[in-house]
Amino acid sequence: MAKRKTPMLDELEKGKWPSFVSDIRQEAEWRNQTDVDLQTPKEVCDDLLDLLELSLKDQEGHWKHGGVAGVFGYGGGVIGRYCDQPEQFPAIKDFHTLRVNQPSSYFYKTEFLRQMCELWERRGSGITNMHGSTGDIILLGTTTPQLEEVFWELTHNLNQDLGGSGSNLRSPNCCIGKSRCEFACYDTQEACRNFTMEYQDELHRPSFGYKFKMKFDGCPNGCVASIARSDMSVIGTWKDDIRIDQEAVRAYVGGEFKPDGGAHAGRDWGPFDIVKEVIDLCPTHCMGWNGNKLGINNKECNRCMHCINTMPRALRIGTETGASILFGAKAPILEGAQLSTLTIPFMPMEEPFNELKELIEKIWDWWSEEGRSRERLGELMQRKGFAKFLEVCEVKPDPRMIKEPRSNPYIFWKEADIPGGWERDIKDFRKRHQK
Amino acid sequence: MGYDPKNPMKDRITDIGPRDYKEFLPPVIKKNFGKWLYHEILEPGLLVHVSETGEKVFTVRVGGARVMSATHIREICDIADKHCDGYVRWTTRNNIEFMVDDEAKVKPLIEDLEQRKFAGGSLKFPRGGTGAGLTNIVHTQGYLHCHTAAIDASGVVKAVMDELYEDFGKMRLPAHVRISLACCLNMCGAVHCSDIAILGVHRKPPMVDHENLSNMCEIPLAVASCPTGAIKATTVNDKKSVVVNNDKCMYCGNCFTMCPAMPLADAEGSGVAILVGGKLSNRITAPMFSKVVVPFLPNEAPRWPQTVEAVKKILNTYAKDAKKYERLGDWAARIGWERFFEKTDLPFTEHLIDDYRFAYTTWRTSTQFKF
Repeated sequence: MAKRKTPMLDELEKGKWPSFVSDIRQEAEWRNQTDVDLQTPKEVCDDLLDLLELSLKDQEGHWKHGGVAGVFGYGGGVIGRYCDQPEQFPAIKDFHTLRVNQPSSYFYKTEFLRQMCELWERRGSGITNMHGSTGDIILLGTTTPQLEEVFWELTHNLNQDLGGSGSNLRSPNCCIGKSRCEFACYDTQEACRNFTMEYQDELHRPSFGYKFKMKFDGCPNGCVASIARSDMSVIGTWKDDIRIDQEAVRAYVGGEFKPDGGAHAGRDWGPFDIVKEVIDLCPTHCMGWNGNKLGINNKECNRCMHCINTMPRALRIGTETGASILFGAKAPILEGAQLSTLTIPFMPMEEPFNELKELIEKIWDWWSEEGRSRERLGELMQRKGFAKFLEVCEVKPDPRMIKEPRSNPYIFWKEADIPGGWERDIKDFRKRHQK
Repeated sequence: MGYDPKNPMKDRITDIGPRDYKEFLPPVIKKNFGKWLYHEILEPGLLVHVSETGEKVFTVRVGGARVMSATHIREICDIADKHCDGYVRWTTRNNIEFMVDDEAKVKPLIEDLEQRKFAGGSLKFPRGGTGAGLTNIVHTQGYLHCHTAAIDASGVVKAVMDELYEDFGKMRLPAHVRISLACCLNMCGAVHCSDIAILGVHRKPPMVDHENLSNMCEIPLAVASCPTGAIKATTVNDKKSVVVNNDKCMYCGNCFTMCPAMPLADAEGSGVAILVGGKLSNRITAPMFSKVVVPFLPNEAPRWPQTVEAVKKILNTYAKDAKKYERLGDWAARIGWERFFEKTDLPFTEHLIDDYRFAYTTWRTSTQFKF
């Protein structure tokens, strides 16, 4: 095929930031030169780039809406994708995505990555996302007949399964956790893997009314964004006191240690001022500094992490650790964006995580029963009310679950809770009150 | 041996899940799992974590495009094999992290990374993304792979990061700044809690393909999909179809998700909205949503100059005006939104006043404003 002109893409090769266009072009070149027995059209990357040029010119995308594609026995993990100009771009007329369930925290051995590259260049486009928004490795674009082939090789040769899509449990995700973070209040990686393995059926076969996401953050800093992006957010926390090394606090005050782990080094903010930068910024004002010793009234601490983040060599999370469990976050479609709502202030997070599994299964039952088609858990919680949700969870209400009590008096009472019930005799009423 | 299309269920393996992360942890990480005492950012894009055992792990963080070829991943593997005993990881924000267990290994690794460039001249592995600076933009598929995109994704991200490149490798900002991009309201990139969110939006109601709708869509689902009740079933030329009340449409695209015969994307109608001031961390203040401060900018491929300019303006004003540790949203809340628009010189229009559910909660119900 004659090479098309791509002035827009050429522009996107300039500048310092890594150019995805240059990268796809080097893959296109590899395809044109390789002697590998490619099972997908050689021109896949060329056609993909040319289609992108056309889309940028038209200011409209050129992929058809959906299309059925998948592997036998699974209702997720593959996204069907067809080009709406197949005659012009025959190499990408079908260009399906596979979601490959990532290992916890995206650690890899190069041996595995090389195997994946070899497989994906031969049986797909060679183009990936590292990683998709939910967490999966995204293999971007292959033909319909190659889907089963890729799946077979993934499971047989790479010992690796697909991730979730559609109305399934989506691939759970976690922060880096105890692997390399001193703030991790529980083992997020193990929790993520454990829930992923426990709920393989829910992950591969659509059993819900809509998607369900769970994410595991090790501390309230929330590096994996669970509070904004997951139906169930598991956020590490602790119950006892922040551990203080007074000597190290004095080292921060004396300028020996850089505050915030050196995060502000790119600008001269003046010498570290513990009162201005820590004590006064504490959201609950539960800290004091007498010039020599740091005091924390731990009972009043809401564990926002600021003091610990600012002086990580002096302050450490407590030792009685676990997680807060929140539910219902989602992006705007349909009823507006929601953050997760605190439901369980504290739960120990030890294998095999039975307490949390029992809770999630109760919630899934209720959601399956009451949820409408394409209604996220957070929307159902809004529609039915948080009190109802707590009843489903068999959890007692607690002021920690709200920002403030209701300001309207429209309370839904249960009839059983009202002495004498709701049934009354109007004739009896009329005996006392004329019309 | 391999997959046999004539016998698809033979030797089938399912439900095995992902590879066990424990196989992939570098030895220094495995040995010090759960024993880390503290960390320090030695310079932009270089971290050290210190364990109670006294061992240290040095991490070099570099940015990457989320779209990544096998050729590029192989190059990452070559680097990891050469310097990091064959281990590497990615971050949640599409950065790549190379870890070494000895300070002496850091310099050769950094030098190796710095000299690698793509044929077009861009850097393959820009170092940074740490501390009170700008890290990588998380984003969605855009024109490369999505059927509902209102704008491109990778192209816009490239254009913005080229302009803000300096801030990726510096730590001169008052606090972390997280920029995210979603190419339509479905937000598979969940940008609604970002310091700066770039969002693809539509401004024209869907076209209705009456000729084909009844063959392509379940009409009741299309009707039910509309959050404002703007869609009704109807018959056009003896064919079952739907009609859209344009005055009620807010261009969310949920109907198109359910019904391919109702496309919205349009060269003039679709473009960029910018939201600011969201955060996810519980640090000092609670997590909060981003707010719309630019209702629409045109979809200007290949460099999106107006979008880039608006993002730059917001970022630089914040950098100049905010206090140390103050996130963008906390800064805007402290100075007040009247000051935000004044200082950033962004026009305030009626489009920025909420009129969806719970809109009233965002109106000013006090006399506490600034002149």
